[in-house]
Amino acid sequence: MVRSDRATAFAFAFVIALITFISVGIFISHHWWFPPNISVHGEAIDHQFTETFVGVGLLFIAAQLFLAYCVWNFRDRGNNQKVRILPGGSKLTVGFAIVIIGVELITLEAVGSKAWAAIYFERAPADAIRVEVQGTQFAFYFHYPGPDEKFGMDHVEKIDEGLGNFFGLDTSNDPDAKDDVVTATLGVPVNRPVELILRSKDVTHSFYVPELRLQQDMVPGMQIPVHFTATQVGRYEIVCTQLCGLGHYSMRAFLQVMSDADYRKWMADQAAAQ
Amino acid sequence: MRLKDAFVIMAVAVAYSVPVLAGTVTGTVKLDGVAPKGRPIDMAKEPFCAKAWNPSATTQQVEVGPNNALENVVVYVSAGLPDKVFDPPSTPVVIDQKNCMYGPHVVALQVNQTLKVINSDPHSHNIHPLPTINREWNKSQPPGSAPLEQKFDKEEITIPVKCNIHPWMRSYIAVFRHPYFAVTGSDGTFSLKGLPPGKYTITAWQESYGSKTQDITVGAGPSSANFEFKAK
Repeated sequence: MVRSDRATAFAFAFVIALITFISVGIFISHHWWFPPNISVHGEAIDHQFTETFVGVGLLFIAAQLFLAYCVWNFRDRGNNQKVRILPGGSKLTVGFAIVIIGVELITLEAVGSKAWAAIYFERAPADAIRVEVQGTQFAFYFHYPGPDEKFGMDHVEKIDEGLGNFFGLDTSNDPDAKDDVVTATLGVPVNRPVELILRSKDVTHSFYVPELRLQQDMVPGMQIPVHFTATQVGRYEIVCTQLCGLGHYSMRAFLQVMSDADYRKWMADQAAAQ
Repeated sequence: MRLKDAFVIMAVAVAYSVPVLAGTVTGTVKLDGVAPKGRPIDMAKEPFCAKAWNPSATTQQVEVGPNNALENVVVYVSAGLPDKVFDPPSTPVVIDQKNCMYGPHVVALQVNQTLKVINSDPHSHNIHPLPTINREWNKSQPPGSAPLEQKFDKEEITIPVKCNIHPWMRSYIAVFRHPYFAVTGSDGTFSLKGLPPGKYTITAWQESYGSKTQDITVGAGPSSANFEFKAK
């Protein structure tokens, strides 16, 4: 009897330890990991992530091994031993847990807010390229102000997707709208700051480019600014990460990061097609 | 007697053929001026469709053929017909969703005639007509699924159609209570056959330019009506 309890306790403790090391190993191996970062602020995010991960990972290992130790050490030893309660009872235990978790969360918040604030609280540089981004069921559209750097006014009643007027621009009467460019691909030059003004036409969407380490909800009725500087030429997927309806799975667009010359040519082509 | 028989047969034939050999209205719809350029459609979010179009597909608000012939114009009898119920034909009218565009861009059918919607693409579509008189519906169609069959029970000219998944997709459906309608092809011509002799108003509808009408008198033979829309 005692023998089998011993074996069971050992088996449990061993499995707990095994699960702990395998799951930590999966993270450490970086086998399923983020795609490479391509933005200036992404480094801070990655750094913050690693810091958080190491902290939380160590706590996870400690807690799991302690659990395994308890399973082993406090097994039924067959001597009719009574159950013992930690000194102070359950109240003290719960209180202790709350304090530990609270300290952990506050520490994470204090350390992490630096990276967050650099992206969300700081304004985009004055020379940033400004682009309005519209989330709509089920696509993204991008509105560039053109050479005059002024966005044409949006007129809801003029929105006509069949004609390609996704923003409701009045190009015949609005001088600001005349040179505006609307695209379905987000083209940006490399190493230039870009400010996006995120909006939604219908329901809540989310703008996410994993390589940029940038993810932000697009909320109907709000204009939410975010900014980034892409550091590598390439084509990256923009996906919607808020379940927004039937076609959510197909809601995506592409971020095309180009050299300065390529960007100017691309923009000229887009302007000609308007 | 033989001659008399022949006369009787001829008389009967003439008497019956007046309504049967009814008039046909033919004509051409043209554009006066330069057609606005369609905007290229960026289908990057659906790689299959983006690949299928080279050069890219464009918006279809005004499409002209040779000699400024105006395509996709619905021409129909808008007044002068008796107030009776016309039986719908048993053949369906087909809309195909192919390479993320509707084909044809404009279709016309009769009240209670079957509209057959096909999805030829390897991904889902969601056809969504936006009627104001008929009942609104929208149906999802995954790849490989059977054609959808729908009917409209009221006359409505016209119903815009969109796809809930691909915002750029647009077509129009015109629903008539009678069979005297046509949609112009790339040569801009139309033909309304089998009209009993009488006075009618013929209307031509174009999605960007709206409607134009003209009154004509149809006899037993062919008559013609041409339309011209002015480019904006």
